[in-house]
Formats: sequence, C-alpha cells, structure tokens
Amino acid sequence: MTRLRTGGVRAVIGAVLALALTGALAGCSSTGGKRAEDARKAAAAQGRAAVGTPRWTFAMVTHSGDGDTFWDIVQNGAKQAAVKDNINFLYAHSDEAQQQAQLIDSYVAKGVDGLIVTLAKPDAMKASVEKAVKAGIPVITVNSGAEQSKAFGALTHIGQDETVAGEAVGDELDRRGKKKALCVLHEQGNIGHEQRCAGAKKTFGGELVNLYVDGTNMPDVKASIEAKLQSDKAVDAVVTLGAPFADTAVQAAKSAGSKAEVDTFDLNAKVATSLQAGTLGFAVDQQPYLQGYEAVDLLWLYRYNADVLGGGKPVLTGPQIITKDQAGALKEYAERGTR
Amino acid sequence: MSSTAPPSDGLDHVDERLLRTTPLKKLLARPELGSVVGAIAVFVFFSIAADSFLRPASLGTVLYAASTIGIMAVPVALLMIGGEFDLSAGVLVTSSALVSSMFSYQMTANVWVGVGVSLLVTLAIGVFNGFMLTRTKLPSFIITLGTFLMLTGLNLGLTKLISGTVSTKTIADMEGFPSARKLFASQVTVGGVELKVTILWWLGLVALATWILLRTRFGNWIFAVGGGADAARAVGVPVYRTKIGLYLGVAFCAWISGQHLLFSFDVVQSGEGVGNELIYIIAAVIGGCLITGGYGSAIGSAVGALIFGMTSKGIVYAEWNPDWFKFFLGAMLLLATLLNAWIRKRVEATK
Repeated sequence: MTRLRTGGVRAVIGAVLALALTGALAGCSSTGGKRAEDARKAAAAQGRAAVGTPRWTFAMVTHSGDGDTFWDIVQNGAKQAAVKDNINFLYAHSDEAQQQAQLIDSYVAKGVDGLIVTLAKPDAMKASVEKAVKAGIPVITVNSGAEQSKAFGALTHIGQDETVAGEAVGDELDRRGKKKALCVLHEQGNIGHEQRCAGAKKTFGGELVNLYVDGTNMPDVKASIEAKLQSDKAVDAVVTLGAPFADTAVQAAKSAGSKAEVDTFDLNAKVATSLQAGTLGFAVDQQPYLQGYEAVDLLWLYRYNADVLGGGKPVLTGPQIITKDQAGALKEYAERGTR
Repeated sequence: MSSTAPPSDGLDHVDERLLRTTPLKKLLARPELGSVVGAIAVFVFFSIAADSFLRPASLGTVLYAASTIGIMAVPVALLMIGGEFDLSAGVLVTSSALVSSMFSYQMTANVWVGVGVSLLVTLAIGVFNGFMLTRTKLPSFIITLGTFLMLTGLNLGLTKLISGTVSTKTIADMEGFPSARKLFASQVTVGGVELKVTILWWLGLVALATWILLRTRFGNWIFAVGGGADAARAVGVPVYRTKIGLYLGVAFCAWISGQHLLFSFDVVQSGEGVGNELIYIIAAVIGGCLITGGYGSAIGSAVGALIFGMTSKGIVYAEWNPDWFKFFLGAMLLLATLLNAWIRKRVEATK
C-alpha cells in the first residue's frame, strides 16, 4: 500500500513536470502573457543612489492586511526613494492594531533613523509613536491620521483626507447628473471607508446608500451588488472603494441589467483599461506611490537639511479624479505597479 | 440511535433491520429533511419581506450565490461524513486560480495548459492533506490548519515573487481564455433568467456525490470511516485510501471553484479566500451533517448552501440596514440549524 501511494505521488509530480514542459513547448499562446510584457519592457533603468549621505535606516509600519495592492504601490514608492536616497528601507505591516503597535516598538528599540507610520487606529498607536519621538526618531505619518499626526509629535502627515476625497466623488457624481448612488464598502468597520462614503453623501445632491460586501469573497461581492441593483432600479451610479472591486461591479451591473455607471476609488492597470474603454466612469486616485516616496524623501530631507514640509498641515496626495482622458497615459504606470 | 434499543413489546423478535418502514418514515429519516424545512421557511420569509426577491432575475442571483458555496460544500460534506475537516478549502480555491493564471502568464502558454497544471497541483495538495493525516494520525483540524496557513503564505509570497505585485496579471487576451471561460464562467438563459454555469456544476456534483454515497462501495466506506475508523478497519474498509480519496474530492472541487474565480474575474487577488472554509462547513452542518461524522448527505449540503445564498442576498433585497447584516445572517443560520435539529429529534422519537 505504502509503495503504491508513493508511486502515486511520484506519478503526480512526474505528470506535473511533463505537462509543464509540453506546455512550454507546445501549448504556447501567441497573444498576451509574459513574453508580451517582456517585449514591452525594453530596458528598465536600474536604480542607483543619487546622494552620498550616510546609509540611514528608515522603517515603515502600516495597517495593511496581507496581499493588498494599494500598499504594494506605497511600498514601491518608498523603495525607489530609498534607493535614490541611499536608505536602508524596512517594512512591516499588520491589520491588528496591537500588532502594529508592537512592530513600531520593535523598530524604536532597534534604533532606526526614521519612522513612517499609518494612524488608521490612532488611539492604539499613540503610545508607540510618542515613544519613538521621545527617543529622538523623526516620525512621518502617512495615509490616515491627519488629525492626530501633529498631536502625537510627527513631523508631517502625507496622505489624502478621506472625507475630502469622498466629497470630490459627490461633486463628480453631481456633475454627471446622477440621482441615486451605491457606495460599496468591502471592509465592515474600516473608518476610512465610512469617511469616504460619508463625504460623498455630504456633497452629493442625490441619494447615496451604503452596501457592505465581503471583500475576501469575490463571487459574493458580485452577487451582492447584483442583488442590490435588481431590487433597486433607481440606482444610476455604483461607487466601489477599491480598484479590484470596480470590474466586479461592472459585471454585476451587466448581469442585473442595470444601466448604472460604475466609479471607483484607487487605480490599477485593469481600472485604467476599463476607464479607457468607457466601462468605468471615473476613478479617484490618492497616488499611493507618492505617499511612500514622499515619506522616505522627507525623512531624508529632515536628516540632511532639517527640512519640514506642510507647515504643520497635512500634505495632500489626492484626490485626483481620473477619467477616460488621462487613463491612457496612466495605464503604463499602473501596469508596472507605481500608479 | 434509538433503533438499537432492544424490543420490549413482547412480540416476535424480528431483526430491526428487516422491519418494514413506510415511505413517509423513510422520508422523515433523511438527514436533509430539517434543512429542507428550514430552506422553505427562509424562502417564504424573504418572499414576504422583500418584494423583489421572487423576481426570476433575483432567483438567478440567489442561485449563483448558493452555487459558489455549494460547489465546495459538497466535498466538504462528504469529508465531514467521513469524520474529518478541511480548513484549507477556502484558500485552496485561491491557490488553484493563482496557479493556472500565473503558469499561463509566465510560460506564455495556452490558458488550458495552465488549467491542467492547476488541476494537478491542486490535487497534489489534496493528497498532501490526506497523506499527512493518515501518516501522522494527528487530528485533521491541525493538519489542515497548517496547510491553510502555508497556502495563505504561499499565495501571497509566490504571487509577489513571480508577478511582482499582489494580484495576478490579466490573461484575458491569451489563447484559450474564451473557451475556458465558456466552461467555467459562462451563463445560459433559461426562460429569460440568466443562470450561471456554476449552477450546473453544482447540481452535477450533488448528483455525483449522492450516487457515490448511496449506491457505491466507496459511499459505504465513507459512512463506515466516519462512524468509527477502527470498527471500519476491522471489517476490511481501507480507511486511509478512503480519507485520501475524500481530500482529493475537496481538491477537485476547489479546482473547479478556482477556475470559476479566475475566468469570471480575470485577475486574481492573492489574499482572497480566507474565511470561506468556515462558510462551506456551515453549509454542510446546516444541511444535516454531524460534526462528529458518520451522518449526513450531499443533498443536505446543497440545501445548506441554498439557505446561505437566500439569507445573504435576501437581506440585500429586503433593504435592511446593512449595519445589522452579520447579525441577521447569524440569527438566520442559527434558527435554520435549530429547526433542523428539532425535526430530527421528533423523527427519531417516532421511529
């Protein structure tokens, strides 16, 4: 029995390898795929430090969950600024407030030369941030926590005010003559998400309804939006709060037979393509790349020249409303993971 | 079970297995009966509470929501009847989608090649689960929890390593995509209602699993293994092979779900799927599967998935305050399960 089973496993592995080889040799696709990508990437420039300052260590701690596209772009920005500024860049994240605080504490204990923190759960981060400031480590807050940043002793806050971004969406919906909009929240209990929808509600002349969906289960997201659109034919705009959900909302609207326009927060390659094709109305970009890049660069400026930006006020990276006209130019950048 | 009590009626002692039962009693003894009553109750409830619930298009949406859970609830129910759990089932779906997408993309291969490789890799993970379980004799809870964590990490780590981002690149412009989409993510219009192909997959799997459970030797083995592994082994049931077979079933269905995910949404997010394993287990339990094993049915798991689909979408149709969404969902599930248990108890008392 044992031998038979091991034989089975071996056969499976063998079959996988055989299929992989035949796949590579015979079953090739003449369209798309990595080959097309490589062809596009003619020669990517290799980053090199542009300054001769000492190799400082900067650390970034965010409230990101695992595998979040948005934070991936923030990291890309931070890493590229780190290369240019001759910085040793460290990154850690946890969506649990307690763990995020512990991560900050450990970087403080390590004695890093600069710290970048998100304040999505400000109360839980207070003690840790203050500890860092007390230890003489310059802190920059990014993305969320514009209100608390200064009080906690941070140099600057870089990010988008979620309420302001929501208000921009409300205005844009008005401009497009929408009457009833759906705000699709993919994380129940996320303050930033609530602020976005609340902001949109404030400036939007029509009616705005919140719809909560399970963001980790795409078929469920689709079915929920579909159900909502079927039950409420008056909805003429759907606003998703994350780029990956925009395309799903488009599909849901299509199968529900709804004419609602789909708009979204944040950008990715797919959203840029859909904007260009006209299946999406507009996207609100907060330029995550800039949040990572500027944070590292400003820490370097502070270390090198004691420069501070913003004059005590947050430095806003958004909202930037992107429509069909700009989508074409941004697609390329979204594909390489920087927009 | 109450039927094992010695007869005390003073009549001729006939073997209880040879006692004649009426068709009604037979029906009442089916494991899924309670959940069917629960499903009818949920259906009637939302038909009254939400006026758009009964529209054909709405029912199509509810069936789609139920089918994406149901496809996985079938093998999870069989596994549970066989006395084991699989906590890795949710992320395995995502892994399966990631493998076919990334293999096709990186190799610039025809999409079907990626789909085939994904089937082999997914089945290999199923074999790994079953093999580890039977080899180490650790509880399946621990083994599959380990697989769950490892797969969650692998999904993220490998995707980032290979694609450079946390989601896969689009493969919609590659050869083989349209035909694969037809098989895994198309829709058919029946009487003006759009029905997703996942519903067909779901019904087919329920039929297949029911046939296996009730008409084949392997089905008997599943019940025997779940009822008591040692007793089953004593009468010559190949316990290990049965359990590995059950994990292969889970892997196969995860592959189907994963391909649906890939071909209907085109880009796969690597962090998805966490938490879905519980939904599959819940559907199986509502459908009458005992958590301790040895009792349950595939049809029951389908009814459980249907209750889940009706409840989660019914709340949207009823336009209730979304702040209470999870509460309503939980209360509905609890009620359905209680009703299920109550009916089962009544049935066993009248035997």
